[in-house]
Amino acid sequence: MMSIGDLISETQHLAKTPTGISGLDELTLGGLPTGRPTLLCGAAGCGKTLFAMTFLVNGAAQYGEHGVFMSFEERAVDLSANVASLGYKVDELVAAKKIAIDHVRIERAEIEQSGEYDLEGLFVRLNYAIDSVGAKRVVLDTIEALFSGLTDTAVLRAELRRLFAWLKDKGVTAVITGERGGGQLTRYGIEEYVSDCVILLDNRVQEQVTTRRLRVVKYRGSAHGTNEYPFLIDDEGISVLPITSAGLGHPVSDEAVATGVPGLDEMLGKGGFYRGSSVLISGLAGSGKSTFGGSFVLAACTRGERALYFAFEESPEQIVRNMQSVGIDLRSYVESGMLCFEAARPSLYGFEMHLARMNRDIERFAPSVLVVDPISAFRGPSTEIHATLVRLADICKTKGITAVFTSLSATADMMEEGERSVSSLMDCWISLRDVEASGERNRVLYLLKSRGMNHSKQLREYRLTDNGIDMIDAYLGHDGVLTGSARAAQEARDREQELVRRQGIERRRRELARRRAATERQVAELMAALESEESEVSTLIEQEEARERALEADRVTMAQRRDIRK
Amino acid sequence: MSGKIDDGLPHEEAVAGKYNLRLYVAGQTPKSLTAIANLKRICEENLAGRYTIDVIDLLVTPQLAEGDQIVAVPTLVRRLPPPIKRIIGTLSDTERVLVGLDIRPKGQ
Repeated sequence: MMSIGDLISETQHLAKTPTGISGLDELTLGGLPTGRPTLLCGAAGCGKTLFAMTFLVNGAAQYGEHGVFMSFEERAVDLSANVASLGYKVDELVAAKKIAIDHVRIERAEIEQSGEYDLEGLFVRLNYAIDSVGAKRVVLDTIEALFSGLTDTAVLRAELRRLFAWLKDKGVTAVITGERGGGQLTRYGIEEYVSDCVILLDNRVQEQVTTRRLRVVKYRGSAHGTNEYPFLIDDEGISVLPITSAGLGHPVSDEAVATGVPGLDEMLGKGGFYRGSSVLISGLAGSGKSTFGGSFVLAACTRGERALYFAFEESPEQIVRNMQSVGIDLRSYVESGMLCFEAARPSLYGFEMHLARMNRDIERFAPSVLVVDPISAFRGPSTEIHATLVRLADICKTKGITAVFTSLSATADMMEEGERSVSSLMDCWISLRDVEASGERNRVLYLLKSRGMNHSKQLREYRLTDNGIDMIDAYLGHDGVLTGSARAAQEARDREQELVRRQGIERRRRELARRRAATERQVAELMAALESEESEVSTLIEQEEARERALEADRVTMAQRRDIRK
Repeated sequence: MSGKIDDGLPHEEAVAGKYNLRLYVAGQTPKSLTAIANLKRICEENLAGRYTIDVIDLLVTPQLAEGDQIVAVPTLVRRLPPPIKRIIGTLSDTERVLVGLDIRPKGQ
């Protein structure tokens, strides 16, 4: 298994000319083969001419390589007008002698043939144009038009072969466009003569949605990406969605990024999502997915980080207003440029085109957090969605962007096809659910997974309040989780029971006190009785003693009397 | 238009149906020489006194190729009378040259 780095070092001997088209240069590991012709083929409307013109304009504007555009179809004025919509100022480059445009017009009706001829005239023109601006890059668009203008194909073929050899001798990097047709790459089979590099453009319509794709069919002497890659043409030029690293070698971070919902941070165990992780928030309609996204974005902006929000269902204004209603104020951050909304209808282009566009926006805005709301807006074969989401998640991971993807579930029954296909990509999955009971709907969330975190396994109720999302401890009863008014009723019942129990204890305590008082009273009575008996007894004893003393005294008196008589 | 007035003089501009022809070649190749010889012969035989020929060597003046939309060489361009006509090749098929220059209508 070779890494990209190995491939580059191995192909260093082959000089390459960068096209300046983001993505294509990565795909071809540097650009088109320098000093050799490249065939760019595709059906009508694929963007061949734009691609070729971009190659020239970038060469002149960015790499200091002047170019010649030899057009066999469009006039010079039409060409510059057509590419002006991409922001290319061809007229200025022509005036500055950086680009020369030569329109070759061949009308079959005006031409009579008599005897032998060759295409030296074309060579002369091309040579003159190349020398007049000192061109390093040449575009021939579409040289096959010669076949419709001139009848002698044997001569044409021989001359084209000579032309391509001549271009190589001249040392210019040439792009030759060709119309696809007749079961071949080009209608007249000119790929036979241009064998160094062949790039195929394609414009496919699937389910009424068009996706442009590019494939490097061959690249002699160089490794290249072999897959089909979507590309995008819009007012900012052409961008090809780059190949993502084949391995999973992106660096990871231990840093946690707050979710913007304190209760959720607690549940996650680490105080938030890991930086650079991908988070899926799935839930039914109205479960507050966007609000979670909004909270996350707000938290990022408050920390001073840049946030990018891709909206596919609501307009930016609508999102800002709706977030305001739950106390999430995004407007000031939009105005200060910390937060950027990119909104588009999902049906505007194919899923892959959206991805190409998102990639370009990410490149340009360089956010540290990202919200895609929602990924379920895209319809298409799940394999395709999966493949492209892998790329998006990969892009975010390599750039260390924490990405939150929301996904609308159609049913409350756990996973759907789409969710299952993306779940393995996600580091963290928050499932928002509605619990319907006793005639009302309440919102609960739980963490389906969170890689590398000892997260809460609890089902938690949350409310969308005026101050954002409020997490509540869900009531766990023996019948399961109770939410909303059912929870409130259960709590009231509990309070009542508590009261009754407390009252019981109080009654028992009073009873005891009463009995204690009664007992003490009895004890006192008995003591009193005892005391009175005691005092009675002591009186008797005193009387007895007094009587004893009297008797004694009598006896003494009697004895004395007897003594006297003696 | 002065070209329409026949004053009987061999003045070029004044000759009615005057042919202004340009032959583009690239260097003194056998094809170029054949084409030049063929053109002179055809003109002498069919347009005696009513033609001018400019032979342009694109290797010497390449900047002229774009103006007349030259791709193949040799190319004969009939600049006058209008419309502009082009004949490519060594002009070895005299019939086709005459038809191409509207000297002889097709099929005659």
